[in-house]
Amino acid sequence: MEAIIIGILKSAIRLATPYLYASIGETIGQLSGVLNLGVDGVMLMGAFSAFYTVLKTGNLWLGLLAAIVVGAIFGLLIAFINVTLKAEQGISGIGVYIFGLGLSSLLFSTMVGTVQTVSGFPPLSIPLFSNIPIMGEIFFRQNILVYGAFALVPISWFILNKTPLGLSIRAVGQHPEAADSLGVNIVRIRYLTVIFGGILSGIAGASLSIALLNVFQQNLTNGMGFIAVALVYFGAWRPLSVLTGALLFSTVNAIQIWVQVKGINIPSDFTLMLPYIVTIVVLAAMAKRRIHPPAALNKPFERGE
Amino acid sequence: MMKLKKIIVILTLISIFVLSLGFGASAKPFRVAFIMPSNINDFAWSQSMYEALLTIQEEMGKENFEFVYSESMFIVTDAAAAIRDYASEGYDLVIAHGSQYGASLTDIAPDFPNTSFAWGSTANVFSDLGITNIFAYEPLAEQGGYVNGALAAKLSESNIYGVIGPIETGDAKRYTEGFKAGIKSIKPDAKINVTWIGSYSDVALASEAAQTHIDAGADVLTGTSQMTVGAIGVAKQRGALWFGYDVDQSALAPQNVISSVDVVWAIALRPMIEMIQKGERGGKIFTLNLANGGLKIIVNDEAFVGKTIEDIVKGNIEVKVEK
Repeated sequence: MEAIIIGILKSAIRLATPYLYASIGETIGQLSGVLNLGVDGVMLMGAFSAFYTVLKTGNLWLGLLAAIVVGAIFGLLIAFINVTLKAEQGISGIGVYIFGLGLSSLLFSTMVGTVQTVSGFPPLSIPLFSNIPIMGEIFFRQNILVYGAFALVPISWFILNKTPLGLSIRAVGQHPEAADSLGVNIVRIRYLTVIFGGILSGIAGASLSIALLNVFQQNLTNGMGFIAVALVYFGAWRPLSVLTGALLFSTVNAIQIWVQVKGINIPSDFTLMLPYIVTIVVLAAMAKRRIHPPAALNKPFERGE
Repeated sequence: MMKLKKIIVILTLISIFVLSLGFGASAKPFRVAFIMPSNINDFAWSQSMYEALLTIQEEMGKENFEFVYSESMFIVTDAAAAIRDYASEGYDLVIAHGSQYGASLTDIAPDFPNTSFAWGSTANVFSDLGITNIFAYEPLAEQGGYVNGALAAKLSESNIYGVIGPIETGDAKRYTEGFKAGIKSIKPDAKINVTWIGSYSDVALASEAAQTHIDAGADVLTGTSQMTVGAIGVAKQRGALWFGYDVDQSALAPQNVISSVDVVWAIALRPMIEMIQKGERGGKIFTLNLANGGLKIIVNDEAFVGKTIEDIVKGNIEVKVEK
């Protein structure tokens, strides 16, 4: 039983990793008032660029850098469309998703041609911590991108809640007019958050293609980016709650795999629904909390006449 | 003079005959449209059909056989639109490569009586609906699964096996049943754990299922559909053996893939094309099995020989010589 629980939690930590990167990035963007539904497309581009770089150079860090650069470029594109051109955010995000899906598939077909595997980031035992019974095995023998995802939670919490930059980001998303009158550069803040979100989506993709799965295939993410956006709402725009949501979803997913492996007699169609059922139940239970999205979410900023 | 005239007339007749042959061929090549849920390079389901079409094209010649394809048609309504477009463009045969496309075909096929449609894996040609221009194809995947299973049982040390299937239906179900039976034929006490991913394309979940199987003690993994590349990556990383399906998957993990069941769709396509050329538009089910060459077992010598040597060195296999 102990081995199974360790197995489930280890799986859950791995499964949660790409969601954490993408959801934290999306959280910060949304807090500044920009809804980006193109996360999945940026993840695919990040996944492909990291994979291709590692395939050609064998250098994992260069692969990660490629995902960061491509993610930033996509972030810049999204910011330009939404902040400068003031496009309808929901629709433009879907456009970015389809663009990223199509471009990553095209580049894969022309530059790689067939599914191949690479050697990704190996598990990295953290000295001392990895020897703690049970906990060590679950948390401290993962690969470096897993650690990065979990480190991101307190870092983003600190930036958002304890720094002037965080205050500006939240002000821009809640009361852009007030922030503007206090001299906060709204356009600059929104570009910053969206580009940062793009970078994190890129890393989310890389965490799949060069750390967890070590392959690339067309549509590798299979819609993960949309679940990442849902987790932002689930987590009510708070990094710690986003983490809770990601872990809950991943743990239930890991449990359903174990239920099947152990041959427990529940139809697989039902076990596969479990992560989604649990998520919906929790969301419904929490509906009472009355947490509202950032007031200026989805609204381009127009300086008052 | 008369002789020369005769020669000229004969030569002219011959050249007209030859030209007409040439025209006949180039004017009417056999045209196929191929709709697939994933991509031609998925190392699985779609790639195997693509390779079959290339084989047929090589056999018939490019001037006599043309084909076009649409990839990533995982949304059935998109696929249905593509099927209808191809049919209205007058293709001789439209292949809707996936069991999810059947319902769309029953809508579309009656509108295009001069086009043939094919789909699979299935044994349903909808003759009960009065439709006459649909073919079906179905690999008896359990036969290939049985061979893979028997091999797996010989090589497994832990006697625990993990199957990562997409959705419990069609080839995937047949293959899994065969794999189990193959193992049990050698080791009746084997422990075979089966997981269904609920998707043909969720590489991440397939990968996590593979991790879980290995954590649960499996040293042999297998599975079907394009999402298994995620599981093969894990097998490679953690040193488990892999048994493949659809195409030869050994290139993905040369040390780990012991054998693959190659589905040779050309065995179904050749007679299907012949029937269409004779004017029969559908109604027949083509079965692929080990007997007709529709299923082939490709053993990856590198991994198989390597594993056998390792077993002898480690003492798992004792080679006895009678004195």
